[in-house]
Amino acid sequence: MSFLELRRVSKSYGAGPTEVHAITDVDLTVERGSLVAVMGPSGSGKSTLLTIAGSLEEPTSGEVLIEGVSLQAMSRNDKARLRRRTIGYVFQDFNLLAGLTAVENVTLPLELDGLSAKKARAVGMNALEELGLGDRATHFPDELSGGERQRVAIARAVVGERHLLLADEPSGALDSTNGEAVMRLVLTACKRGVAAVVVTHDAQLASWADRVVFLRDGRVVDQTTPPPSPESFLEESSPSSPLR
Amino acid sequence: MSVRHALLALLSEGPKYGLQLQKEFESSTGEIWPLNIGQVYTTLQRLERDGLVESDETESEGPQKGFRITDAGAEELSSWLNTPPNMTSPPRDELVIKVLSALRVPGVSVHDVIQVHRRYLVELMQQWTRLKEDESEFDLSFALVVDAELFRLDAVVRWLDTADGRLKRAATDPVTAPSGPHFARRLVVRR
Repeated sequence: MSFLELRRVSKSYGAGPTEVHAITDVDLTVERGSLVAVMGPSGSGKSTLLTIAGSLEEPTSGEVLIEGVSLQAMSRNDKARLRRRTIGYVFQDFNLLAGLTAVENVTLPLELDGLSAKKARAVGMNALEELGLGDRATHFPDELSGGERQRVAIARAVVGERHLLLADEPSGALDSTNGEAVMRLVLTACKRGVAAVVVTHDAQLASWADRVVFLRDGRVVDQTTPPPSPESFLEESSPSSPLR
Repeated sequence: MSVRHALLALLSEGPKYGLQLQKEFESSTGEIWPLNIGQVYTTLQRLERDGLVESDETESEGPQKGFRITDAGAEELSSWLNTPPNMTSPPRDELVIKVLSALRVPGVSVHDVIQVHRRYLVELMQQWTRLKEDESEFDLSFALVVDAELFRLDAVVRWLDTADGRLKRAATDPVTAPSGPHFARRLVVRR
C-alpha cells in the first residue's frame, strides 16, 4: 500500500469565466522510504499539489489517501492530528517562528501534540544534533545562516514519528552546496522509512529523487523511469563522456 | 581536454614514470576517464620532442623510464591553465536544432519534443547524482567531475525550460512568435 496516494485530484479556484484550474486529474503514489520529486515551471500547480497532499487545502474533486485512509472521510480534528503527528512540511522561506529558538521551533509540533516539554526537548535536541546543529539549538532564527535555518526546518519536519515529508522548493535561495546538503537530509529521512515529496523547478534537486514527475499546466505529463545501478551507468557513460 | 597538459600538470609535482602517470591521471579524473598506456607514451614522446619534458637518457625504454618537466614545459602549463577554453562558437547544438526543427513540422508539438529531451536529461542527472549519494566513497576529483557533468546537463534542462516558457508565451502573443524564415536568417547572419 502506498503511503500517500492522490487519485484524479483536481483543484480550481473561482468560477465561470474567471475559473482557474490549478491542477487537473493528478494521480500520484508515494511509497514509504521513497523520494518523489515533482518538477514543473512556476504556475504549473506544484505548490497546490503539495498543499492538497498535506491536507492544508481541499481538492475540488478526486481523493487523497494517507496510509490508505481517505482524507475526505476524516473529521477536522483527525486531520489536525494527522498534520501534527504524521506530516512534516518544509517551505521555501523556512517558516521558522522568529521568537522561538532553534530547538523550540523543532519541538513546537511535539508539544502541541501533548508531549511534555522535557521529553520534547530531548527529542528535538537529538534531531538537531543529527543534523549537526547541536551547538546552535538555543540560537534564534535570525542568528542562524540560511543553510542552518533550512536544516532546522527539516529537523522540525521529520522530528518524532513523522512519516510524510512534503517540501516546497526546500533549497530556496540556498547555494548549490547547501541545496545538496538539504537533499541529503531528505534522503536520510527516506532511508528511515519516510515517504517524501519535493516540488521544485530545479533539475539538480529533482535528480536526488527515486522518481521525477513532470507537471505542466496542472497535469502530470510524464515521469522518469527507475535508473539502472550506478555501476552499470558509469560503464555505459564512460566512452561517451564529454570529459574524455 | 588536453592529455598533454594533464601530464605536464602531474609532472609539475616531480619526476614520474609512464605507468605512474597513467595511474595518477586516471585517479585524478575520478576514474571516469580511462587512458591507455600507449597514449601516455605517445604523448610523452611528443612532449619531449617539443622540449616540454625530458627523460632519463641513461635508462632504457620501458616502464622504468622517468620523465621530468622542463622550464619551457612549466611555462606552457602555466599559460594553458590561465587561457580560457574557446566557448565563443555559435550554437550548433543538435538539441537546439531539433527544437527549432520541431517548430516547423506540421502535427508535431514542440512542447512534447522538449519534454522527451527534458526527461532524458533528468534521468541522466539522476544517475550522476546517485553516484554521489554515498559521500564516504567519494573522492574529491570524482566529486568535481560529477558536479561538472551535473551542471552541464542542468544548463541544458534550464534552456529547455526557458524555451518551453518562451514558446508558450509566443503562442498567445504573435508579435514575439519566431516567424520561421526571419528567425532562421538572423541565426545564419550571426554565423
